[in-house]
This record gives sequence, C-alpha cells and structure tokens, in this order.
Amino acid sequence: MKTTITLMGKTYQFKSLKEIMAKANEEKSGDQLAGIHAQDAQERIAARHVLSELTLADIRNNPLLPPEEDEVSRVIEEGVNEKIYASIRNWTVAELREYLLSPNVTNNEIAHIRRGLTSEMIAAVTKIMTNLDLIQAASKITVETRCNTTIGQKGRLAGRAQPNHPNDNLQGIKAAIFEALSYGVGDAVIGINPVIDTADSVKAILNMTKELIEKWNIPTQNCVLAHVTTQMRAIKQGGAADLLFQSLAGTELGNKAFGISVELLDEANELILKEGTAAGPNVWYFETGQGSELSADAHHGIDQLTLEARCYGLAKRYKPFIVNTVVGFIGPEYLYNSKQVIRAGLEDHFMGKLHGLPMGVDVCYTNHMKADQNDMENLAVLLAAAGVNFLIGVAMADDCMLNYQSLSFHDIATLRELLHMRPAPEFERWLEKMGIMENGRLTSIAGDPTLFL
Amino acid sequence: MNQADIQQIVEKVMMELQTRISQQSEDKIDKDEKSFHYTAVDWLTHVPNPKFPEGIDELRKVTPARIGVWRTGTRPLTKTILKLQLDHAAAVDAVSGEVLDSLLKEFNLFTVETCYENKEVYLKRPDKGRVLTEEAVKTIQERCVKKPQVQIVVSDGLSASAIEANLRDIYPALLDSLEVNGLTQGTPFFVKGGRVACMDHIGEILQPEVLVLLIGERPGLVSANSMSAYMCYRPRKGTVESERTVISNIHSGGTHPVEAGAYIGTVLRKMIDQKASGVRLEL
Repeated sequence: MKTTITLMGKTYQFKSLKEIMAKANEEKSGDQLAGIHAQDAQERIAARHVLSELTLADIRNNPLLPPEEDEVSRVIEEGVNEKIYASIRNWTVAELREYLLSPNVTNNEIAHIRRGLTSEMIAAVTKIMTNLDLIQAASKITVETRCNTTIGQKGRLAGRAQPNHPNDNLQGIKAAIFEALSYGVGDAVIGINPVIDTADSVKAILNMTKELIEKWNIPTQNCVLAHVTTQMRAIKQGGAADLLFQSLAGTELGNKAFGISVELLDEANELILKEGTAAGPNVWYFETGQGSELSADAHHGIDQLTLEARCYGLAKRYKPFIVNTVVGFIGPEYLYNSKQVIRAGLEDHFMGKLHGLPMGVDVCYTNHMKADQNDMENLAVLLAAAGVNFLIGVAMADDCMLNYQSLSFHDIATLRELLHMRPAPEFERWLEKMGIMENGRLTSIAGDPTLFL
Repeated sequence: MNQADIQQIVEKVMMELQTRISQQSEDKIDKDEKSFHYTAVDWLTHVPNPKFPEGIDELRKVTPARIGVWRTGTRPLTKTILKLQLDHAAAVDAVSGEVLDSLLKEFNLFTVETCYENKEVYLKRPDKGRVLTEEAVKTIQERCVKKPQVQIVVSDGLSASAIEANLRDIYPALLDSLEVNGLTQGTPFFVKGGRVACMDHIGEILQPEVLVLLIGERPGLVSANSMSAYMCYRPRKGTVESERTVISNIHSGGTHPVEAGAYIGTVLRKMIDQKASGVRLEL
C-alpha cells in the first residue's frame, strides 16, 4: 500500500491507513481533540489524494481495528459478500466515488455493490466527496422498511414526534403528541426519551402511547428510548413496545461504555421479535452520532467519521426500521460549529444509506455550540433534498427535557410543502381522514392540538 | 360639619383623585408610546378556532413544551420565533457564567480546579475537565476525610446558574436523606471547570464507597438552570459511563431539587447494599 505522495514538488509521508483516513477528513474539533487531525490544510488534501488512489482491497487488507480484537469489526467482516467484493476489490476509492455519481448507476446497482463494501470503504469514499456529492449520491438510494407501517419511499418525508417532558408526566407527553399530530408529524415513530430509566416508568409511557395510537387508529409505531436493558424489563413486565431502541458505538469498547454488546443486542432482538407488539419485520430503532467513541475513550486512534460508519455496519445486523444520527447533540468538542455539523449530517446520512439503512437525522445543536436555528433550517433543506427518510420534530424545536434544539413540527411541514414531499402513505391517508391534510397540504384545522381531546 | 361641608370635601377629594388618575394614565400613555413591555403573557399566541377552546390552556398547563403556538402557512408566528431566539440568546450567555463565592461559603464548600484553563478550552477539551490540577489534589488530600462512606462534590459544569438556582434546595434535602438512610459523608467541596468523569479522579484520591456529583447541565431554553446528580459506586480510573447512575433535569420545572435531594440518599443506600451502580443497579 502506497502511503507517500508528492504534490507539486512537496512530499507528504503518512505512516498508516489510520493516519491517512484521519487526515483526509474535513476539519472537525473531535479529530483535533483526539490529536489525529491534519496539521494544515494542504496536508489534509494530500491525505485525500493518497486515499483516492488506494484500492478497496488496500482498505480491507489493512484493518484499522482487527477483527480479532473487536466484535464490531467481526460483525462488519462477516457481512461482506465475497463474490461481490472480489468483483470490486481493485477499484480505487476515486473510482468508487465516480461510480456512485455516474448517471447509469441507480438504486439497484448500489444495492448490489453495497454487499461487497465494508464500513471502512464507505467511510473512505465519503472523505473524498463534497457536500453536493453526498447529497446527490444519497438521493439515488431508497431504503424502505416496515414496522406497523412502511416508510422510506421516494418523495416521502416522515417525522418522529419527540414529545419529551422534563419529568415524564404522561399528560404532558400526550399534549406534545397532539401538537405533533396536528402538524402531520409522527409517521416515523412516536418516540419518547424518558428522564426516569426504570422499568415501571418506561412501561407506563409505552402503554400510554400504545393506547393513544389504538384509540385514534394512528398508522405509526411507539418507542421509549431508555437503555435497552430497561426496555427489556418493561416488555417482560407487560409493556407494549413496537420498537426496541438503543444507541450504538462503532467499537466494542464504545458499546461497553453504553452498557451493551453484540450478545446483549442479539438477546434483545430475540425478545422484541417474540414479545414486541409490531407487525415488523423491522423492529429496531438505533441512534448514533460522531464522537461518542472518543467521548468514552474507546476510539483506538480512529477518526470519528470512520467510527460512525462502523456503527452503521453494526446496525445492519439487526435490520432496523429506523436509524437516526443525532448529529449536533454531542457538543462543540466533537463538532465545533454549524459548518462542521452540516458536513457531519450529510456524511452520516450518505454513509447510512450506502450501508442500506433507513437513515433519519436529528438536525440539532446544543447551546454551547457555535450554531443556531438558521443553520438547522439550512441542513434540513439539504437533507430533504438528499432524500432523508425522516427528521426529528420537537415542539418549536425546543426539547424541554434534553436541553437542546432540533427542528420544529412547522419545519417538517414546511419542507414537505417546499420540496413537494408527502408523509408516509398510510399516515397521509390517516391525516386526510382526520381532516388535517388535503392533497398533500395542511388544512385550516391543522395546528390545533385540541383535535385530539 | 354639615352636609354641605361634607359635600365640598367629597367633591374636592374626587377632583384630586381624578386629576391623579388622569395623570397616571397620561404617564402610562407616555410610557407606552416610547417603549414596549413584554411579560410572559405577551408572547402567548392563540389557535384561532380550536375544536375545544378551553382545551388549549389545559394542554399548555401540563407541559413546558411550546405547544398551541399556531402558524402562518406552515411557519410559526413572529412572536413565537422571537421568543425562541430570546431564550437561545439567554442560554448562550449563561454558558459563560461563574458560581458566586458567597454561595459556596454558605455550605462550607472550598474550591479546587480542574486543568480546564479557561472557558474556551473547557468547551473544546473535556479531557482537561476530568483531571484535577496538582494543587487541587494536594488541597483535597489536606482537607478531606479519606475513605468516606459518601463523598459529595459540587461542580459548575456547563451551567454555573444551575448551581446558583438549585444548591440551596437540593443540598439540605440531600443531607437529610443521607441521615434518614443511615449514611455518613466526608468533606464536601466545589470543583471549578468540572466534567462528569472528574468523579473518577476524585475517587482515586479519596476512595469513597459512593460519590455523588451535583453538576450543571448544558443549558436548554426552558431550563438554563438544569442540574444533574451523577452517582457511582467506588468511582475509579476506568469507570465506564454505564456504571454511573444519574438523576438529570433537576430544576424547579423538572424534577424539583428538594425531591431530587431526598431521593439521592435512597439511591446511594441501594448502591452500597447491592455493591453496584449504573445499569447493574436495580432501583
């Protein structure tokens, strides 16, 4: 594997694929925090040149984290189709980029080659793609999944209703659900982040949302985003869960910090397939986000974009209904400002889609980041253009429990109108029946939460 | 005093009153012409024809979420947007605040620092907020009881105003709950520029059975004053996140600080009894 390059007479020498991968990234505070970033702008581009010339076989033959040492690496390796890999192993990363962007290559061709790609190859090509490259390539990929309802169809934009409450008050959660539904949001999932991580409390929220969904015949699914072990206890005690949730990391050590392992996820998978309330077959909801491995000191010197790709490699194993990158939640030490958040949002969405995952994005920021609501509106338009499966919706973008801002119900409604996108089909029919939507547009009664009293 | 005199006095008083009232209203008009006065109600917007008119208030009462705000087309109304921007501005400004020494004195908390240097480095380098300075280690060793059953630590974290707003409520309740649960504490102190994992370093220095860290959360819009209580059984270098138990969202509109303080003792008791914390702890 070549690791040295001379550009216009200046020579750049890299020690390893790990170093090339890290230095080829767009500037991110997280890579700087890890001390693996390019020393200057030209070194960054030099690394990118080298990376573009490497073959997919170079990447597979030089594992950043060997399968013997890490179970996420093993999951990714086991997922590779050797015949398809053999047919593309001599492609350079540049050739992969140009293949993805060529006009003859459609969803079908991409679905075929993805089986020969590892998460590291997907990370590599992402690093040499511009923002508009990421949008165009992702927009070719359609990933449809089904829980109680089907989402992800072309021209559809779903939303998660995120009706969190600062002390899990059931009436308060309900009130925010009513607001979401009245704006046509909630087709991806009605998902609550609980404050109290106990089985009793999680069960109470699960059963409240399930009753509400049944009462109004809403074509959607419920989920309470507690730790997976808490959800398992709640389900065993009679909690009605359509989806099982868990945050993922891209290394075994990172997952240990989350209190999970492949063994535990396998066990949870069996439980939800057996005791979950949804039709399926897709019954998982995963969340990811660049920087979580570094934050748990479980990154092995690997850059945060590559680690994020590895989360998707792990997620694939469980055929999830939805995967969501919580792109700006983690804070300024990983993504410092809006430029970095926007870039990461487009990278994550593209990488997830190239893995064949039903990607959504929590377009968000915290108050100690250099970003504001305008930046989120910008990213939301870019993602909708890229064909994102769903976006997170919060009442006026302000999550009064998690203390950060996302997109508002209004924003999701605006994106649909602006870009001529519709809610998920079954949910749209329900909205029409409720009189909230007509011909893809909100009616005069939309925005009235008392419709559900 | 006859009837006429009384009449005269009443008329005089009435005249004076009227003059005063008209002066007041002139003042008011004068003021209103020159400035706008926004109080909480002035940001309220209304759903024009709700299906259940009394329902909007009912729904708003049960959540601090911004609901029932209405729209123009698919966009929010102007006041709703401006209120969001105002609250964001306040939260941004709150990140840079500092806890007053006088408050820490009230609870006999002495101050030590992490290696955070300054606010900007603090934000970009959380690793520095997890390690105490050499001076801090020395001070703690000199002033604190070693191997206590419960070690209490307070830190500003990402919101100094969370400590300002909640410490007076949570701290006495916490001390009471330790007593109720038959627990004894060591020597409490304040860590400036702390991150959650500074618990591990403190654990190494003092080796408490359990440690509770009261720390400011990153500010949100509804609550720039939200605090978390992180608890860990035998914290030490290498403790992973899932080994910590947390009560988050402690503020007057979330989990009330008095309630949280009263609950912490129960959690710590269970940790000691089960010799575990985090996901392995059964609450």
